[in-house]
Amino acid sequence: MKNRFDMEFIGISENEAFARTVVAAFTAMLDPTVEELAELKTAVSEAVTNAIVHAYPEESGFVVLSGRIDGNTVYITISDNGIGIADVDKAREPLFTGKPEEERSGLGFSIMESFCDSITVTSGLGEGTVITLEKRFGGSKGEI
Amino acid sequence: MSVTKAEKNTLVITADGELDHHTAAKIRKEADNAFSGDTRNIIFDFSKLTFMDSSGLGMIMGRYKKIQKKGGSLVIVSPKPQVKRILEMSGIMSIAKIEPNIKQALKRM
Repeated sequence: MKNRFDMEFIGISENEAFARTVVAAFTAMLDPTVEELAELKTAVSEAVTNAIVHAYPEESGFVVLSGRIDGNTVYITISDNGIGIADVDKAREPLFTGKPEEERSGLGFSIMESFCDSITVTSGLGEGTVITLEKRFGGSKGEI
Repeated sequence: MSVTKAEKNTLVITADGELDHHTAAKIRKEADNAFSGDTRNIIFDFSKLTFMDSSGLGMIMGRYKKIQKKGGSLVIVSPKPQVKRILEMSGIMSIAKIEPNIKQALKRM
């Protein structure tokens, strides 16, 4: 199966649940298990929350959410045009948080890594951030 | 979502639906409003919580810090598998006790 979608929304916290719901509905086509779907929803929630919390410190900007299904694999891309991440390796370290004053757990990237087959992060100061989550599903409907 | 005061200087924080950055902010505010000088223990009732991400963990840790100095207890009631998995990834399981219901949780205090 091949499919894709692209959408964008304002980076406000109300849209975290919206983004999870969109990804869950899109991925439902692959007949995922409850656990697989929960993992992808959690990973998406982490990436979208990062964009909303960190990318736009002055004024909410847009977050772009794209999904692609290729066979049994789902690729979800979350991107923003915000301030970017100065040191991606540092940001991916468990328990690191750029906002310690806001009770962030610093586990966002660790959760994305645990719940997906691979994640790629591209970012630069002033250039925004692009995160792609890749997850393979065991459901039979995904077979080409 | 609700916050109530129970016996034994305990705050019961009930979160239903989905606990993310958006809803965690609401719970944090309500919990801190209900928090008083004699609050010593916190019970999180997660029996009707269907989803949690790392923002929920941050909220739990923040509340725990408030009772940690007083030697209070943190108990989590009936987390579903997805929620339990996130809790396990965070290390919160080493400081919190898990109980099947609020009655049992209160016995722990």
